[in-house]
Amino acid sequence: MTIEELIQDVGAWLAGDGPYSDVVVSSRIRLARNIAGFPFLSKAGEDERRQIFRVLTDCIGDMDLGRDSLLIDIEETEEINRQVLVERHLISKQHAEGEGSRGVAIGAGEQRALMINEEDHLRIQVLRSGLQLSTLFEEVCQIDDTLGQCVDFAFDQRFGYLTACPTNVGTGIRVSVMLHLPALKLTNQLEKTFRAAKELRLAVRGLYGEGTDAVGDFFQVSNQTTLGKTEDEIVEHFGSDIIPKFVQYELAARESLLKDRLSMLDDKVWRAIGTLENARTISSDESLFLLSHLRMGVSMGRCTSVDVSRINEMFLRTQPAHLQKLQGRRLDGEERSIIRADYLRGMLGIDSQN
Amino acid sequence: MNLCQNCNKAPATVHLLDIVPPDGEKRERHLCERCASEEGLTSQQHESINQILNTFIKKASGTKESTDLVCPQCGMTFREFRSQGLLGCPNDYTVFEKVLSPLIERAHEGATHHVGRSPNAGNIAPTKHSRLAKLRRDMKEAIEIEDYETAARLRDQVQELETEIQ
Repeated sequence: MTIEELIQDVGAWLAGDGPYSDVVVSSRIRLARNIAGFPFLSKAGEDERRQIFRVLTDCIGDMDLGRDSLLIDIEETEEINRQVLVERHLISKQHAEGEGSRGVAIGAGEQRALMINEEDHLRIQVLRSGLQLSTLFEEVCQIDDTLGQCVDFAFDQRFGYLTACPTNVGTGIRVSVMLHLPALKLTNQLEKTFRAAKELRLAVRGLYGEGTDAVGDFFQVSNQTTLGKTEDEIVEHFGSDIIPKFVQYELAARESLLKDRLSMLDDKVWRAIGTLENARTISSDESLFLLSHLRMGVSMGRCTSVDVSRINEMFLRTQPAHLQKLQGRRLDGEERSIIRADYLRGMLGIDSQN
Repeated sequence: MNLCQNCNKAPATVHLLDIVPPDGEKRERHLCERCASEEGLTSQQHESINQILNTFIKKASGTKESTDLVCPQCGMTFREFRSQGLLGCPNDYTVFEKVLSPLIERAHEGATHHVGRSPNAGNIAPTKHSRLAKLRRDMKEAIEIEDYETAARLRDQVQELETEIQ
């Protein structure tokens, strides 16, 4: 499989199904690991980076990552394709823009992505649509155990799995869940909700993780504490306590909109549809914002002409690198806005010739 | 929800009843989080990990002893770690243990030991440390809900396990 083939599809984790999928877009678990006997990357020379890369790709190659898996050497990958991987949430921005020997192994349905030589030697990530943390945890442990038979991970009796940044030490686990919270936003309750999240020592970030803004009312909530709790406790706490509470707040806000402010709600939804169906040029931010309102309308039963998986696909394919792949050439900002508007009209069933 | 009386922008979430001297006149005030915090009326929210790292590292770096630490395996100095926030190799955790420990504790809600999975251990049986961590958490919870009887029982168990581990 190649990136060109990958791009034909939309990752299975964007299917828009799974538990709580009205509010929970997707779940992700990652484990940070380093190989014993090698320095962390800040002190690794290019030779050592290459060795780490080879050791890990060999081990991963022996594993069954599922049908249509793909191993990508990022150094050898053109910039536009790196950007595609970032837009698909398979690698971080930092990994795309980094230097030296590094890569990513992608498993079937884009539900597994193992980053090699990012901040740590290895970051095992698994993803699913909706809230499916126990499934993900089982899967990530299985990969961890399999790879652990192939290489020795740096581990210490006291501090657990040793990571380049001490904020990840111990379990090296990060559980993160992408939430769509438009009703909390419309009822001005986001700040209150995030304050509660901070008190629980959770990090709240935008659509593309660390250092990105929250666009289109999408938020990633993740744990920050990785030491002193077992992985089970962290996962369980997230899946049974924290996320259901966020979902409950959002659904309550949706209820109150349906009950007390129906016209305002419908106005947002239908204005979004009106613009998406008619715009001749549209920026990335505006389309995210409007697609968010459309998704809200669909999730709340105010509009049935399109389903969530199709909206998720539109989120993905209106990103800059995806648009350029679609056209097969580089596009400047203005051209992208025009192509994006064409694409959206096409997807929403309006004749794009006019 | 009412808006902040000070900036008129954000919702007022901090509500105060001031007694104004000299005649003890009562005055109600409704402020948003930011204005209240700027007036020093509320404490800042949780520090981010980076803030913790920065404040801590700045403090620790004040002592000459810690800045001079250097890992013989990778050559990382504590000074370098301070500027980039990333360690150089697994051995740094041992070399810098003394100065790193309080930082790690702060970043991880006071935790000092790993209690989760370990390589090739079957990853099922809870270690003594994980039992200890759980007992300590239960004890804290018991104290919070003022169930001192349970707390006392848990404290005895904690002490017992602590002696075992040492």
